[in-house]
Amino acid sequence: MSEETLYWQALNKAMDTELEADESVFTLGEDVGLVGGSYRATQGLMAKYGEWRVRDTPISEGSFTGLGVGAALVGMRPVVEIMTVNFMLLALDSIINAAAKIPFMSGGQFRMPLVIRVPGGIAKQLGAQHSQRLEHTIMNVPGLRIAVPSTPQDAYWQLRQAIASDEPIILLEHELLYFSKGPLDILAEAPPMHRAANRRPGRDVTIISYSRHALLSAAAAEELAKDGIEAEVIDLRSLKPIDWDTCAASVEKTHHLLIVEEDCRFAGAGAEIAATLGERCFGALDAPATRLAGLDMSTPFNGTLEAASIPQVADIVAAARKLCRPAKTPVAAAAE
Amino acid sequence: MERDVLHRLLSDMLLSRAFEERAAEEYGKGNIVGFLHLYPGEEAVGAGVLNAAAPSDYVVSGYREHAHALMRGTPAREVMAELFGRADGVSGGMGGSMHIFDAERRFMGGYAIVGESYPIAIGIAYAIAMRRLPEAVICFFGDGAVNQGTFHESLNMAALWRLPVLFVCENNHYAIGTEIHRHSAVTEVYKRAAAYNIPAEKVDGMDVSRVYDATRRALDLIRRGGGPQFIECETYRFRGHSMADPGSYRPVAEVKAQMARDPITTAIGEAAIRLPTQAELAEAGADTIARLTARMVEAGHLAEVEMEGLRKAADAVVEDAVQFALHSAEPTMAAAWAHMTCNRRDEVLI
Repeated sequence: MSEETLYWQALNKAMDTELEADESVFTLGEDVGLVGGSYRATQGLMAKYGEWRVRDTPISEGSFTGLGVGAALVGMRPVVEIMTVNFMLLALDSIINAAAKIPFMSGGQFRMPLVIRVPGGIAKQLGAQHSQRLEHTIMNVPGLRIAVPSTPQDAYWQLRQAIASDEPIILLEHELLYFSKGPLDILAEAPPMHRAANRRPGRDVTIISYSRHALLSAAAAEELAKDGIEAEVIDLRSLKPIDWDTCAASVEKTHHLLIVEEDCRFAGAGAEIAATLGERCFGALDAPATRLAGLDMSTPFNGTLEAASIPQVADIVAAARKLCRPAKTPVAAAAE
Repeated sequence: MERDVLHRLLSDMLLSRAFEERAAEEYGKGNIVGFLHLYPGEEAVGAGVLNAAAPSDYVVSGYREHAHALMRGTPAREVMAELFGRADGVSGGMGGSMHIFDAERRFMGGYAIVGESYPIAIGIAYAIAMRRLPEAVICFFGDGAVNQGTFHESLNMAALWRLPVLFVCENNHYAIGTEIHRHSAVTEVYKRAAAYNIPAEKVDGMDVSRVYDATRRALDLIRRGGGPQFIECETYRFRGHSMADPGSYRPVAEVKAQMARDPITTAIGEAAIRLPTQAELAEAGADTIARLTARMVEAGHLAEVEMEGLRKAADAVVEDAVQFALHSAEPTMAAAWAHMTCNRRDEVLI
């Protein structure tokens, strides 16, 4: 039975369940304990499980993330919370050079059951250093897996699946989603962690997106429907690996592909999706795959400019419309 | 010191020296390629520390770590085969000289990013502390590594939570080519530990007995709940930073003087029954004469003939390791892919 739940509550519930079930699970990060996490994801857990299992750390991202790597090497299942993705830049050595490579370069001698939870994305006027999307950076790292839950149900499922896995997994959580509401059924059977979800069936255009922009894409699809354009919305749920089959099946049906991402356009996730589906679905596409993405610009502090730097619902509607009904050339118009 | 301990220390140092000198030879022949950082000169540190450790302790090291693995008990065959990049290497030929891992002996790696190993060491120690086990983590690093941020971050957390870590600084005075007084405002590395209330001591890293004793004391304190400990071992590498580095930034006189303090000579001196000849004393250098003589008067457990036996045994192990490595197969691409997904188990991803 499902209950309306906030995104942070879903994460909290998942964390609580895993801490309860397995003594090797522990979480650590800045203010995750006494304060309960900047977005409440670990609220109340230190009181319940004690400070060794819900550990407040000093501000030392590089070392406490590496601490998670070390603990994972000896069979613990650490969940490291990095307060924002912007601070993850300080932990990249532990993530890329250590967590992602140790199982491989040791010749398969070690497991790496490490989960890294990272709030990120553009929230509301936090300035350029607190408004980044770094998925492109970690997508390029062999050995990592990346989940991007957009709903409370997915947040719950994917955090639990990530903790259960023996591979290093990063959960990119969007800062504007923590207080979004959605149904959560803790008894429902979870789909595989990296399978994409078809959020809205359609026949005219496939919109592929992830995280918060998957929700914006679904809202845009409702707008497009008023106009007679039926958009199919694929929420990737995962950026590594990507569920190409689900994407390709949709593109082969609609013959049009629009990719929507909040991250900067250049060398972003959209570029990978466009390239791969362009190769795979070349024959099925009636037009080149189109990307709608954040500007290649540091995020401006000013609210109006900030909003203009990333795709909004109206932008998605316009892009989809243009893709499905290209403006007629004068010659074509005259022929009619 | 007890005879069997001395034997172990000496055997380990001789094996390490023979192994590394042979590795240099094999590098010259093209059997080992890439980076290769050799240990001669620093043997007393690895031997002293690792012989004082328990099998249940963990070891985390840097990229000058083949000797550490050998002294930890990883078969020379498997270490040499890894240096050769072969399938029978301890890391399956996927790691190479800087990434020796041996889970069975709790040798937790070989890391090639300076300063990366501290967080891993405290993470293992955190797990030990959570499980309340009488184990410890030994974290090796060089003097060049103490200026990374992770050094300070990790020492802070280790002390804050009283984690069972022994930090061992192998101070060979050079961060590749930059001498310590040019890279560190405080050149006595052990003093830095005081900033985090971590007990620290400096020992002569060319003297294996002193390293061994200091490590025993430190590990004992750790096991009794004393929290992290810190040992700075002053040592010297006889070669350049790696095979690619002739070490030309060091004055010849300095290298010669340090080689005169060869830790193996010192250990032999301590163990031998016979008195050194005048020629040997002269060759050993003025500053070790007093030490050698004093040690030989009070100790004396080993005859020259046994010494030769140990040397020959080490050479034989190394020769066997080279033959093994030469005859080991190249790893396959299929094996590489298998290692990429070795932790997938029966997970269905999509």
